[in-house]
Amino acid sequence: MYEIRIHSRGGQGGVTAAKLLALAAFRDGKYATACPFYGAERRGAPVVSFVRIDDEPIKVYSQIHEPDLVIVLDTSIMDVVDVLDGLKADGAVLLNSAHPVAGCNGTCRHVDLTGIALAENLVVAGSPILNTPVLGALAKMGIVTLPSAEQAIREMFSDERNVKAAKAAYEELKI
Amino acid sequence: MLTIATGNKAVAAAVKAAKPGVVAAYPITPQTEIVEQIADYVTSGDLASRYIPVESEHSAMAACIGASVGGVRTFTATSSHGLLYMHEMVHWAAGARLPIVMANVNRALGPGWNTWAEHTDAFSQRDTGWLQVFVGTVQEAYDATLMAFRIAEDERVLLPVMVNLDGFALSHITQALETVEIGDFLPPFRLPHAIDTENPRGYGPMTGPADYFRFRWDIERSMRDARDVIAEVEREFAGRFGRAYGPTEDYRCEDAEVIVVAMGSLGKEAEVAIDHLRDEGVKAGSMRLRWFRPFPDLDLAGREVVVIDRDYSFGFGGVVAHSIRSKTGIEPYSVIAGLGGQEVTYNDIADFVRNRHPGEEMWFGVSDHV
Amino acid sequence: MSAIPKEEYLYKCTSACAGCSSSLCLRYVLKAAGPDSVLVVPACCTSVIQGIYPGTAMNVPVYNVAFAASAACASGMSESFAATGKKTNVIVYAGDGGTVDIGIQALSGAFERGTNFLYICYDNEAYGNTGMQRSGSTPLGARTTTTPGGKPTAKKDLDRIVEAHNPPYMATACSAYPLDLYKKVKKALSIEGPKFIHILAPCPPGWRYPTEKTVEMGKLAVKTGTWILYEREFGKLAISGPSKAAMKRPAPLEDYIKGQGRFKNLSPETLDLMRQQVEQNIQRFSREEAGVC
Repeated sequence: MYEIRIHSRGGQGGVTAAKLLALAAFRDGKYATACPFYGAERRGAPVVSFVRIDDEPIKVYSQIHEPDLVIVLDTSIMDVVDVLDGLKADGAVLLNSAHPVAGCNGTCRHVDLTGIALAENLVVAGSPILNTPVLGALAKMGIVTLPSAEQAIREMFSDERNVKAAKAAYEELKI
Repeated sequence: MLTIATGNKAVAAAVKAAKPGVVAAYPITPQTEIVEQIADYVTSGDLASRYIPVESEHSAMAACIGASVGGVRTFTATSSHGLLYMHEMVHWAAGARLPIVMANVNRALGPGWNTWAEHTDAFSQRDTGWLQVFVGTVQEAYDATLMAFRIAEDERVLLPVMVNLDGFALSHITQALETVEIGDFLPPFRLPHAIDTENPRGYGPMTGPADYFRFRWDIERSMRDARDVIAEVEREFAGRFGRAYGPTEDYRCEDAEVIVVAMGSLGKEAEVAIDHLRDEGVKAGSMRLRWFRPFPDLDLAGREVVVIDRDYSFGFGGVVAHSIRSKTGIEPYSVIAGLGGQEVTYNDIADFVRNRHPGEEMWFGVSDHV
Repeated sequence: MSAIPKEEYLYKCTSACAGCSSSLCLRYVLKAAGPDSVLVVPACCTSVIQGIYPGTAMNVPVYNVAFAASAACASGMSESFAATGKKTNVIVYAGDGGTVDIGIQALSGAFERGTNFLYICYDNEAYGNTGMQRSGSTPLGARTTTTPGGKPTAKKDLDRIVEAHNPPYMATACSAYPLDLYKKVKKALSIEGPKFIHILAPCPPGWRYPTEKTVEMGKLAVKTGTWILYEREFGKLAISGPSKAAMKRPAPLEDYIKGQGRFKNLSPETLDLMRQQVEQNIQRFSREEAGVC
């Protein structure tokens, strides 16, 4: 089982990112679950989402304490939340950032999802859409296949710019 | 159609397939996605229901009662305090013999405010005459909601059905979902005692001591007949749609020496604990209790039983543990865990089995055992 | 602004959204009320804004209570303080859902009984705490998660309902005018009996506008005459300063509507209806102020 923890702020689409990822993994023929962990609706408050991907049915509902991969959609969260808590020794980190971020252990990767979203004018209510481009980055990392990522995006969103942004992130992420 | 969905969306999808004539609902976390999705279906024309955005849960159930006896299939959804706020009308719906279906997203009670999973809300309604089922997966949330309408509306039952799903742990988790073409699985709604001006009757008038108790017996008789109806409907569902359900979901119980009984999502996670225990040589099995009312016969004879109660009846004990004790005569190891969304992992569940003390009660996080 | 005390009773550690009207207003309410006050809070955004156990963001006692019960609970608390000779302010701080829908029975009862307390409703025109579902206070045409096609019915006139109870003091306010709110709370708390303040609370996630535009949104509500600031002391109407000019020459309604995602794709018919309602409202208040009926 591959366990992923996504850190974001309310309103940034972290919960949808988890669903998109689960859908893409599902289209890859895997079993996948996505679960957010948050209290009442509060824009801007830190939100955690969990995604599990496996070849067997997944019967675990509790929180992910030892993720294989940590995704951070808003690096300002790292000042208030220990996003790397429990990360497996050989775990990976993917940060939404144009530059490397200090204090990142494990295999740390970064890609400027915000920049990619803005370049495609993928903005809603003043916030850049991060959950579709991040899927492209995850495809580059081999978590899901790119065709499934594109299919999942098209199933959930009608605007083709989302697919473009995912492809841009796929290209931009350096492995 | 094969897709992924949250527990809430699965319930809404089942409601869409069931085509209720009226939906009356009031928002409460973590149920809100259900009513929002239904409102979307109605607005987009996917569902031709009349949607009443009532001003409170008490009114939601009152409206469902009016709509149901008016002669249409009805649905509502709630949780926790909302369920408690409609409590007198929950009693009323069963007494009025109305086949209302309600999704209850199990959530703890305040104070303090807590929006996470706990079963005390549903159990607080256990005497009302409602049938109650607890689901463990997103798929089951869909399937059980569909079957709920069929069971409720059966003339041998004519009692309302509550479909329970864990707040956040199931309502908000995304899993695979296969929706079905229901065909004639749900026959057209027919309520024998619907309002009929050609055949006017008084409903629920003053009923004196010489008569009232007969109506109460009528409810219980239907509750007993419901066991057969449930079994028939679940069998038919399996035949038509390929997914079989029973009063419990048993995992590796055949040769088990100790069985973990739990409900909802913990009942599924228990299966992972069982696999770990089996690897250690412990002959363990798990029995996820699905139907709570009518309470089923359980095959636990000759085994040790560990019961996880995600609830509590103060001054008495865990509701499921006591139900099992009184129904089977077995003294379980009663674990009180998961209250207010307290995290309980498969490792914890395995520990409950490893450290069991039959006949005793243990509050997880508070004591080893009390 | 120098009239407003510096002491803070609402600390910076709240869980409020960026641009939240409610917490902005609560700061001024508490400054006006002072430390000898209890807040009675039903389920609403403030339930979460105050923070999670074991901390609290308020430096006054906050009594959280079930959704339908705030005015009833406040009644009990008020009587209890009266019985023991306490002068503590009992202030309900509730959202629109908990006031105009599920809480209206208790509100009506408390006012009819002449309860000595202050009821403040901060109105973001939907059930904010549960993710912006419609409430009776949602305006015509507004899109919420349970009215995705726009609310087909008008906003419930809470003020006229309260007015029908003949309270000694009631007022409307808006988060964009904190000094006005401060003065109204101070005046209310100087009067015995049931007092009511209805605050328009523009809400970024609910109304769908950028978080930094909350004050601008509130000002537009007042300038277009959509929200009229006034007071009634024993029923006698006094229009507040910012609304006087607005009523004479209201800004076009479109100025208020266009910045809000909840009014996107408003039909011309609905917009017309809304404009009519604003005009009728202005006329009604103008006539009453002029003593014409």
